[in-house]
Amino acid sequence: MDAGFLLVQSLSGLASASSLFIIASGLTLVFGVTRIVNFAHGSFYMLGAYMAVTVVPWLLEIERSPWLFFVGVLISAAVVGLLGVAMELLLLRRIYKVPELFQLLATFGVVLMVQDAVLKIWGPVDITGPRAPGLRHGVEIMGQRFPAYELFLICAGPAVLGALWLLMHRTRFGVLIRAATRDREMVGALGVNQAMLFTGTLFLGAFLAGLGGALQIPRVSASAQMDLSIITEVFVVTVIGGMGSVTGAFLAAVLIGQLQAFGVLVFPKITLVLVFLLMAVVLVVKPWGLLGKPEPAAGRATLPEGILHPRGFALPEKLLAALAVAAALAVPVFGDAYAVKVATEVLVFALAAFSLHFLVGNGGIVSFGHAAYFGLGAYASGLLVVRLGVPMEPALLVAPVAGAAFAFLFGFFVVRLSGIYLAMLTLAFAQIAYAVCFQWVEVTGGDNGLVGVWPSAWATSRHVYHYIVAAGAIAGIVALRHVIYAPFGATLRAARDSAPRADAIGIDVRTHQLLGFTMAGGAAGLAGGLYAFSKGSIDPTMLAIPMSVDFLAMILLGGIQTVMGAVVGAGAFHAIKDIFMPLTDYWRFLLGASIIALVLLFPRGLGGAFASVRARVAAEPARA
Amino acid sequence: MTLLAAAGLNKRFGGVVAAKDVRFALNAGEMLAIIGPNGAGKSTTFNMVGGQLRPDSGRVLLAGQDITGLPPREVCRLGVGRTFQVAQTFLSMTVAQNVQMALIAHAGRTRELVSRAEALYRAQAVALLGKVGMAADADRPIGELAYGDVKRVELAIALAASPRLLLMDEPTAGMAPRERASLMQLTAGIAREEGIGVLFTEHDMDAVFAHADRILVLVRGEVIAEGTPEEVRANEQVKRVYLGTTGHKAALRARRAAHV
Amino acid sequence: MSDTVLQVEQLAAGYGPAEVLFGVALVLRRGEVAALMGRNGAGKSTTLKTIMGLLPPRAGRVRLAGQDITGWAPYRIARLGLGYVPEERRIFTDLTVAENLEVGRRPAQPGREAWTPEKLFAIFPNLAEMRRRRASAMSGGEQQMLTIARTLMGNPDAVLLDEPSEGLAPVIVELMAEAVLRMKEEGIAVLLSEQNLDFAAAVADRAYVIEKGSIRFQGSMAALEADEAIRQAYLTV
Repeated sequence: MDAGFLLVQSLSGLASASSLFIIASGLTLVFGVTRIVNFAHGSFYMLGAYMAVTVVPWLLEIERSPWLFFVGVLISAAVVGLLGVAMELLLLRRIYKVPELFQLLATFGVVLMVQDAVLKIWGPVDITGPRAPGLRHGVEIMGQRFPAYELFLICAGPAVLGALWLLMHRTRFGVLIRAATRDREMVGALGVNQAMLFTGTLFLGAFLAGLGGALQIPRVSASAQMDLSIITEVFVVTVIGGMGSVTGAFLAAVLIGQLQAFGVLVFPKITLVLVFLLMAVVLVVKPWGLLGKPEPAAGRATLPEGILHPRGFALPEKLLAALAVAAALAVPVFGDAYAVKVATEVLVFALAAFSLHFLVGNGGIVSFGHAAYFGLGAYASGLLVVRLGVPMEPALLVAPVAGAAFAFLFGFFVVRLSGIYLAMLTLAFAQIAYAVCFQWVEVTGGDNGLVGVWPSAWATSRHVYHYIVAAGAIAGIVALRHVIYAPFGATLRAARDSAPRADAIGIDVRTHQLLGFTMAGGAAGLAGGLYAFSKGSIDPTMLAIPMSVDFLAMILLGGIQTVMGAVVGAGAFHAIKDIFMPLTDYWRFLLGASIIALVLLFPRGLGGAFASVRARVAAEPARA
Repeated sequence: MTLLAAAGLNKRFGGVVAAKDVRFALNAGEMLAIIGPNGAGKSTTFNMVGGQLRPDSGRVLLAGQDITGLPPREVCRLGVGRTFQVAQTFLSMTVAQNVQMALIAHAGRTRELVSRAEALYRAQAVALLGKVGMAADADRPIGELAYGDVKRVELAIALAASPRLLLMDEPTAGMAPRERASLMQLTAGIAREEGIGVLFTEHDMDAVFAHADRILVLVRGEVIAEGTPEEVRANEQVKRVYLGTTGHKAALRARRAAHV
Repeated sequence: MSDTVLQVEQLAAGYGPAEVLFGVALVLRRGEVAALMGRNGAGKSTTLKTIMGLLPPRAGRVRLAGQDITGWAPYRIARLGLGYVPEERRIFTDLTVAENLEVGRRPAQPGREAWTPEKLFAIFPNLAEMRRRRASAMSGGEQQMLTIARTLMGNPDAVLLDEPSEGLAPVIVELMAEAVLRMKEEGIAVLLSEQNLDFAAAVADRAYVIEKGSIRFQGSMAALEADEAIRQAYLTV
């Protein structure tokens, strides 16, 4: 390899680092001040690109001048900034004090709504943007041609860093933002209206995301998938850099840009894995990222957001549970093929959601990437069947083993962190798994996935297979439920309620959390294996972010404080999706709106509603 | 017999000396209070004994065994119970379950998957709660209790490991005035009866002078006095630490005169 | 307008399940310095935090300049003219001295001369030399002066000063005392919490003694100095 080639490779790494930094700086600023990790930041980026492919050509109609190109880019970013203001006023303002899980879900609700809004406004076809006048040529660098626009991007990143530095150090607004990043309360005590400060910060953050998107239009066409593909990368940059640190984000972006540019030469298949590996290593060595600072101590003990006192079933609940099991078993007898299909899926999701609830609700470990273990279980079974011709029975047994094994591997790093960093790391690991399944085409079939994952001959009938799923799912749920009541489950709750106290009575918190993580991964893997054979095919969406969010929405809908809420939530969620999806083209919009409504209006879910009804009934005789 | 011995403990945070050659000994059945102004190194000393902090140098011996730098869970297993300045309990559990959890952990049964946690060590837990006068509240959620009662339950949790040594960080902080004396009396009674050594930090001087057998006074990380409550009360240097130096006093007076 | 700036009635507050204050009552008059004395953990800081709105009161009332401010957000209380200097200093360590002052800046009330950095540097000459220095690189005493200067930039009528002499070298304590007396000369009422009787005696006109969350003594500073029994009971070993 000659020096010119390496230089160009490095320059293209810097160009992508620049773009990544511009977007990530907005996310990290917003997090620093509001302490919310905004999933919708990726949506702002996408909206920036869509605005630009609309506005810029219109401006270039007037005159093909480079200046008008950049005016269009800035207009697009400003419009997105205003959308950020709207989001702050309408949503974020109401969720500053709710637990992180709810914040993440609510902002993901916005992601879903924006996706459908974009499809409605701009249609499903990707839109190619105009190239920047005056920057369309290539530049000769040591014998290699390098696009001029990329050179411009390389300068744009440091320019934004410089502009942000000036804003942060030379204006009152910037000084207030920096002060609030360290100590919001004290800023308030000095007479600064935090509400205004937060709104302003959201404008700035969304503006930067929009700017990042608008600057991309000569390189990539605007598409409705841009949001989620960028958001994970941006999360990784901000987490590695240290959440809240703009300079840290810049360092991390450059590091990642170079890692990708040269990683591609050495390990062309697994560049993404390298990036996530870098993140895992950084977090284990520096749990708050390169330039991040520890969160100020949470202070006083509060009631955990999860399963409170797990009571055994009283008579009405026993009856309900028996009825539910009976109904699940009776579907093949009375229902049609469609009903059986739906019932099978509900059982699978009930197990998957329950395994996540075991982690989140019982253990306080907010995993944002639980679909990884579900999907890896499915792929393990599917690969054995399709590639090695192994029959269903042993393949199905491997699914939970694979789920547990990967959960153990990833969990080793995960349990070292807490709070938002933990959630981000689980998400990152899920994205590694997703990327591998997506990119390793020879083995996994890539985007198309695997087909022909069929059950053994005796189990091919939908009805018979339904009973296999019922047996697996019910056994899994019953077993995990039992663990919740066992000393191990109680120990996980103890560690969640108060880690210092657990430590002081002799509990090794990390080891127990790792074992719990592994168990939940195993159950999710089993659910994935069962799902694979019921569909006959597997594809990477099984371990994508929306699947993880579906599981979280299920446990939220069911009620995070009740033991069996996740099972009820899985049924209800699947039913709602099944009923509404065919009725409308905008089911994502509806789903997003429902998640937000759930967080804002109904944070205890169906289980919470049931509990309060029961409490009222129980109180009735007392009053009489 | 010496139960706990701290030998030449040193700890720095950056350039700040938090503990300088701190040494003391504590016998079984004895109550030793650490007092001193804020930032004197009380918590640092305390946390070096409890395993939350590792001293830069020096050793902590529990009944002759070196426990320097062991993590808190190991320290606990060697017979050290602890209560916190702000009570740390398992808020989602009932009073009895909190104590049962400690008993389960003490028995090393936290990884069991089959038995039901609720049914384990119930009688022992209620008996421990009886010791601290909380048996009647065994089945109430701990979050419902008055703070003084939570502190009592925390004491029962600490006793679950049949400790030889109790570490109590400001045991009466945050309690209503009349609850304080009764908690300290209770602790002293249990300690003497069962031969448990108690090391505690405290800001409430009533609690210290009424219940400590000996008092250790820390200032800027150094032990400036040690002795019985009478000796410490009579110590001129200790008085000065709380009242300020005479020269300092004069200087302040002079400043005021200049402004009138 | 009456000469009471701040009036606190039957204030109760705490953290989580812990109760700290049990019906605290006190007043601060225009232009006076009052000391809230008591040992560590007696409830001094909690009282000041609750007045400032940083901790929600569980019972009782707080009135500032005749307005009922109970339950107000801290920024509104600050804008009504109450400054707050916390015990832990809570300097914005990433910011320079000048920037820390900028965060505190609020317009003065009509007809009053506003505090400026220059005017403050005259009182705290050390700060002038380090305007561009990061606050994290300052000594504890310099940081303490900066917190006071930062609060004065908000042009308050009254200031809550939490343990101003805590952990400072004697020579800095003297500067602190001087700063409090300067505030008084400027007509600012000061309520300071203090353990150090000498410091309080040097600056305060009146004293309250708090113990276990309630006020046990109130009277002139001279009366407190004369009352051996109270001092023995609540302020010394």
